[in-house]
Amino acid sequence: MATSIFRSGRLAERLTLKQVARVLTAHNNVVPSCVGGCLYQQQRNLSIHEHMSMELLQKAGVAVPRFKVAKTPDEVYNYAKELSKLSGKPDVVIKAQVLAGGRGKGSWDSGLKGGVKLVYSADEARELATKMIGHKLFTKQTGSDGRICNKVMIVERLYIRREFYFAITMERSFGGPVLVGSSQGGVNIEEVAAESPNAIIKEPVDIIAGITKDQALYVAKEMGFSQNSLDKASDYIIKMYKDIFLKFDASMVEINPMTEDNNGNVFCMDAKINFDDNAYYRQKEIFALRDWSQEDERDYRAAQADLNYIALDGNIGCLVNGAGLAMATMDIIKLHGGTPANFLDVGGGATAQQVTEAFKLITSDKQVNAILVNIFGGIMRCDVIAQGIVAAAEQLSLKVPIVVRLQGTRVDDAKAIIAASGLKILACDNLDEAASMVVKLSNIVTLAREAAVDVKFELPLNNSTDLK
Amino acid sequence: MAASNKVLTRLPVLSRLAARTVYTATRKNLLINENTKVICQGFTGKQGTFHSQQAIEYGTKLVGGVSPAKAGQTHLGLPVFATVREAREATGATASVVFVPPPVAAAAILEAIDAEIPLVVCITEGIPQQDMVRVKHRLVRQGKTRLIGPNCPGIIKPGACKIGIMPGHIHKPGTIGIVSRSGTLTYEAVHQTTQVGLGQSLCIGIGGDPFNGTNFVDCLEVFLSDPQTEGIVLIGEIGGQAEENAAEYLLQNNTGPKAKPVVSFIAGLTAPPGRRMGHAGAIIAGGKGGAEEKIAALKAAGVHVTMSPAKLGLTMLEAMKQSGKF
Repeated sequence: MATSIFRSGRLAERLTLKQVARVLTAHNNVVPSCVGGCLYQQQRNLSIHEHMSMELLQKAGVAVPRFKVAKTPDEVYNYAKELSKLSGKPDVVIKAQVLAGGRGKGSWDSGLKGGVKLVYSADEARELATKMIGHKLFTKQTGSDGRICNKVMIVERLYIRREFYFAITMERSFGGPVLVGSSQGGVNIEEVAAESPNAIIKEPVDIIAGITKDQALYVAKEMGFSQNSLDKASDYIIKMYKDIFLKFDASMVEINPMTEDNNGNVFCMDAKINFDDNAYYRQKEIFALRDWSQEDERDYRAAQADLNYIALDGNIGCLVNGAGLAMATMDIIKLHGGTPANFLDVGGGATAQQVTEAFKLITSDKQVNAILVNIFGGIMRCDVIAQGIVAAAEQLSLKVPIVVRLQGTRVDDAKAIIAASGLKILACDNLDEAASMVVKLSNIVTLAREAAVDVKFELPLNNSTDLK
Repeated sequence: MAASNKVLTRLPVLSRLAARTVYTATRKNLLINENTKVICQGFTGKQGTFHSQQAIEYGTKLVGGVSPAKAGQTHLGLPVFATVREAREATGATASVVFVPPPVAAAAILEAIDAEIPLVVCITEGIPQQDMVRVKHRLVRQGKTRLIGPNCPGIIKPGACKIGIMPGHIHKPGTIGIVSRSGTLTYEAVHQTTQVGLGQSLCIGIGGDPFNGTNFVDCLEVFLSDPQTEGIVLIGEIGGQAEENAAEYLLQNNTGPKAKPVVSFIAGLTAPPGRRMGHAGAIIAGGKGGAEEKIAALKAAGVHVTMSPAKLGLTMLEAMKQSGKF
């Protein structure tokens, strides 16, 4: 039992809760540390650039290496010079400020390899920056579109003795915040968690009583900090908990690596901080840091329309009210042999404009060859949705077949609206029937496309028998 | 193992959260009926007004509301109070439904806990996680108030009392207890069990947030001990361990000839890992919280798991016939 409890605390699980989705952009990871994030992409989270996270740490009184942010190669040159003067060493590290995990192993459209580079002179820094700034970085998280790099961070090179992993997150199983530490920093912590769970320690914090010095010391000690660094390490842990995690409604603070040098100095070399979207209204300054240039165009549009949209690989577009029903709709499509092209929850009070925007999003995916609308009108009236569907179909002159399953409040009015529209929209009462129908239509369109036949669905698809 | 033991021994209170707490004693407060007196927090707002009207039309004994700015006035023919305590003292309310906006929702729940309202149903979506962690901290350390939600459709005893935003007309008094993490999927289960003629004894939407007041196990205990409930529909989704805990609970408490048939659907079989599916709590992370594990656990507990969300009603009907209850 104890083991299972512990193992269920594998990092990503630890990061569970709401933030995981947000958490999982490993945007700030230094080369080898690809915690959790490498496996995932997220939608509509708030992750901020590494240098912003580092600034938050600095303001909280946590030691980080000296750094500067530059937007042009000349700035890079100047800052590299400046940093060298301060540190007394010519070496600096250049880090691309791109919100994607796996930067270190990424490649550029300029031909450069790697988004995190150690350079030995300011000239070299400038040269390298020309191949980063204004270019796109491709990592396993960015997909084939890559992400534009508008800024780079120039960081002093530190000579460290040991690297640790540290994080704070909210964990469901403990009902609150948990400190997570490991002696094995700088590496993929998920692998550590899977292979040697004992190497990871977790310390729940009572949110009302607050964090204690004893707790922080315990965690620092278990992580393996040397005697002469313990005080600093525990002090930083407390500051990160109070002055970042709680203060800014972070859903996760992750430092990988946290380091110590031979003189007992402790540094946070990298920071990934994610924030609770629900706290938007009281963390305006933090949310103003969002960089839309780093997010998918469709994510942006979905966010603007207040829609919950996640693109998937299939070819049947879905428009549903309610997250659970939206997932269930994807599942039933799969059950009938089709593949969903997206998750889309229009929410409980969708307007006709939102429905139109939802259709735009769905059809902007060229893979989509049929659409299933599944609405269970509770408070939301089916007739309002029907009006939205008709308006969208007309406005966007949709060519793909649409199957509509409406149930609940004012469903008869809704059916009348659809029937009167004269559009090629098929209405079904039953979810099973609707799913079966949309899968069949999708198959027909696929076949037609393969045969290069322009199927416009002018056929009189009035009921399911036509296709059986 | 060693490390987890360390955690467990260092924080005995927290680690026992999953086990029985003083809060567990409030599970019985979920048994609402036609005599349940309900007040509405956020009564005069747009949402509060609309859904209060709907509740009154349904026959719920709504006895008043709370709206500090409009205290002393009447709204929908009912008294408006400044505080929950005043409302409770004046009306004898035993339940409260919370419609206040996210920034003040946690405070509204805490106010209701302070006033010792037996059942608090929080509809509000988008409460900051930290606020809910604080609410939960208080909640599990008291034994008067049961919280449902937040971010949920509410609770309804068909034909008797509707507290929440669910459409009343799809329900029908009957024998099935329904519990779900998802709103519209609950409606789906309700609609289908109505269509097959079973009807519902009690429907509880527990909400999609990771830090909530009531979970599957709480509702299962109520359903198993409620004589009116003869069958149970449990609708889960990816993320967390609530379904696994429910399966474990059923294994321990719902076996043998007197066992009540349980039907389940788990949403998210096709959901990709690492993507939050709308609900804050709906995510497969680090290989945990996937639908397959949940389905396997439930099946092992003798639950009839349907793979189709369109077959909840039929599966329940068959299970009831099998056990001679219909």
